Amino acid sequence: MPGSPAVLISDLTKRFGGVHALNGLNLSVRTGEVHGFLGPNGAGKTTALRVLLGLMRADSGHAELLGGHPWRDAVELHRRLAYVPGDVVLWPTLSGGEAIDLLGRLRGGLDLRRRAELLERFDLDPTKKGGAYSKGNRQKVALVAALASNVELLLLDEPTSGLDPLMEAVFRDCVAEERDNGRTVLLSSHILSEVEALCDRVTIVREGRVVESGTLTQLRHLSRTSVTAELARTPDGLAALPGVHDLVVDGPHVRFEVDPDGLDGVLRLLSEAGVRSLACRPPSLEELFLRHYRVNAA
Amino acid sequence: MSALTGTGTLVRLALRRDRLRLPIWVVVIPGLVTATASAIVELYPTMGERLALGLAIGANPALRALTGPIFDPSSAGGLTAWRVTGVAAVLTSLLSVLFVTRHTRAEEETGRAELIGAGTVGRHALPAAAVLVAGAANLAVALLSALGLATRGLPVSGALAFGLSVAGTGWVFTGVAALTAQLTETARAANAIALAALGLAFLLRAAGDAADGDTLSWLSPLGWAQRVRAFADERWTVFALFAVAAAALSAVAHLLAGRRDVGTGLLSSRRGPATAAPRLSGPTALAWRLHRGVLLGWVIAFAVVGAVFGALALSVGDIVDDNPQLAALMAGFGGAGAVVDAFLATVMSLLGMVAAGYAVQAALRPRAEEVAARAEPVLAAAVSRWRWPAGHLVWALGGATTVLAVAGLAAGLAHGIRVGDPAGQALRITGAALAQAPAVWVMAGVAVLLFGFVPRLTSLAWAVLGAFVLLGQLGRLLGIDERIQDLSPFAHLPRVPGGEATFGPLAWLVVVAAALVLAGLAGFRRRDLTGG
Repeated sequence: MPGSPAVLISDLTKRFGGVHALNGLNLSVRTGEVHGFLGPNGAGKTTALRVLLGLMRADSGHAELLGGHPWRDAVELHRRLAYVPGDVVLWPTLSGGEAIDLLGRLRGGLDLRRRAELLERFDLDPTKKGGAYSKGNRQKVALVAALASNVELLLLDEPTSGLDPLMEAVFRDCVAEERDNGRTVLLSSHILSEVEALCDRVTIVREGRVVESGTLTQLRHLSRTSVTAELARTPDGLAALPGVHDLVVDGPHVRFEVDPDGLDGVLRLLSEAGVRSLACRPPSLEELFLRHYRVNAA
Repeated sequence: MSALTGTGTLVRLALRRDRLRLPIWVVVIPGLVTATASAIVELYPTMGERLALGLAIGANPALRALTGPIFDPSSAGGLTAWRVTGVAAVLTSLLSVLFVTRHTRAEEETGRAELIGAGTVGRHALPAAAVLVAGAANLAVALLSALGLATRGLPVSGALAFGLSVAGTGWVFTGVAALTAQLTETARAANAIALAALGLAFLLRAAGDAADGDTLSWLSPLGWAQRVRAFADERWTVFALFAVAAAALSAVAHLLAGRRDVGTGLLSSRRGPATAAPRLSGPTALAWRLHRGVLLGWVIAFAVVGAVFGALALSVGDIVDDNPQLAALMAGFGGAGAVVDAFLATVMSLLGMVAAGYAVQAALRPRAEEVAARAEPVLAAAVSRWRWPAGHLVWALGGATTVLAVAGLAAGLAHGIRVGDPAGQALRITGAALAQAPAVWVMAGVAVLLFGFVPRLTSLAWAVLGAFVLLGQLGRLLGIDERIQDLSPFAHLPRVPGGEATFGPLAWLVVVAAALVLAGLAGFRRRDLTGG
């Protein structure tokens, strides 16, 4: 079904005892996109993925995966997807290579050439026993098994935790290739630079519900610009302008954030005051992220 | 910072983690001892009655093999010590092994030891804390048992000797477990080796006690416990054996602990193949990889035990023939042949209960995989909710049946060679061993049911198995209501070989086992995957 979303979640709730892990979560992942699923630890990302994988049942709401029902059609759906858990645990008596082959066969086969290529690129020794791998290397075993599978959808739960920066770069290249091959990727992460570098669209979650969703451009549009300037004289009335936040005035130096609507007025006022130097930055996802959670937590 | 810094804190941590588990063991074992003493005092109030019982027991090698020799049949204390020393010593050893492994190797395997080792904690503090708490728990068992026996009116010195003989065995196996925790990389393997040592100790004692001389029994800590001769002119010097063995084992463990890195074992894992063999391609094949090592160990152990008892069986009959009084007594039951069969039937029923231990362990393996987060990647692949646990159950049920068949075959061949009919005896005794299987399957079914519906309480399967085994061992003596005794699947097994083979109860057990397994699987299909 071209055009239909690969993942569609609406109003999903899941409670553990008194804790709402999912609290009316909505998520839509389009076929062929890399979708970032961003949120702090405990935001409900893993729970959402487990519901999608049919490992857990939601209390209420609707979830659809590749056009099927995550719980009822689990086995058929799992042939078409690969999953990398956040905390990979391997069998102590199986070698890494055996685990890769087994996981691949359990979902219907591996591309052996791609397997060999990925082992090379991730610099992974497949002859070690499961217990002898470091956290990063266990993660690589699961990544190789997932990336070498011929599947339509990759569900990755914080897949780079434990990888060193070099391997993170390899991982990014691999995900970019997967997208170019037309695969859909749902990438859960709390590492912002990773999502920024890889994802077409982002959904930000906190406490089991979505706080923001859209393309990076849309999210930036919603957000403020950071301005740092050195002026000829102290400006009057900057604090009173609409859309100006967190103003710090230190003699001729000013630092503040401004909403997109307020930019025009701010620039006019600054130029009246005589601009000596000016730096305007779109906020990094980092700032976006921090602000959402800081504001919402307050 | 010394190598033992932080031991006190770790002792408190261990006590906090096992605040329910440990008191249960420490109360139940002395409780059993005391209840047994009560029953004997009540049932055999006069010396004449006690002597009659004692002579019948003392002359029966089958009973001697299973429970040990009787040193003073004239006193209630002597009878109590005979009946319950073995049971209490085995339970206390189990407590010690499971506790020490849980607080040493299992901590390293899960990585929690790393967290602890990074604190201001000496490198020997973790095993030291485990050994200290286990040793103290053994002492508590000893003192409570002694107290219980003394309140039944038995002599205090005998009560103390009894308690300490049980604790002494526990101390030795505390040392064994401290040592095996240093050898292996997984808690499962550490437990397996330590429990195999316990099984060997039982076997040596049983073989020694069934024979005329008791040299072999002196090689076993369980044999020492009985040779303390509680209530029968106690021999306090035997305690030196316990002390030396426990100290030596702990010292070796201590030395090894100083020579290796956190998380590694001395029996370190080798490298494996870079690619999986073609047959490793489904959940059942994966389960076979996970079960095969343990199962192989069980098959070897059951073959040895079966062969030893099979070879002993005829001697048991000979001893009856040599004793005219006993022969006359036994004639009414079919003579020496009946004694041989009764001996083999007792061995088979014992092996059935031990095989149930394998079955429960293997049936709970899916739960262990789930807790370790290894179930998730399998079930996230194209593996259905019933195929994954079913893959494990094949080996749980099939494996338990196999070990029973192997024990029966070995016993039948060994006995058959001595009586000149290997093929016939092999067939007959294998059949008798397999007759235990339906009860074993019911125990596996109990484990599956718990796994399906209350995954956090799966260790109850062990409690249920323990309760059924104790009901079988002591239920009649303690005068427990027959309806309660009948709850145990083992109560419905025919006494074979020798007894009448009744297929009705066996068929019912099979039905019950199937219902439990199916219900458990259905429960698992409906529930969420959960952690520990």
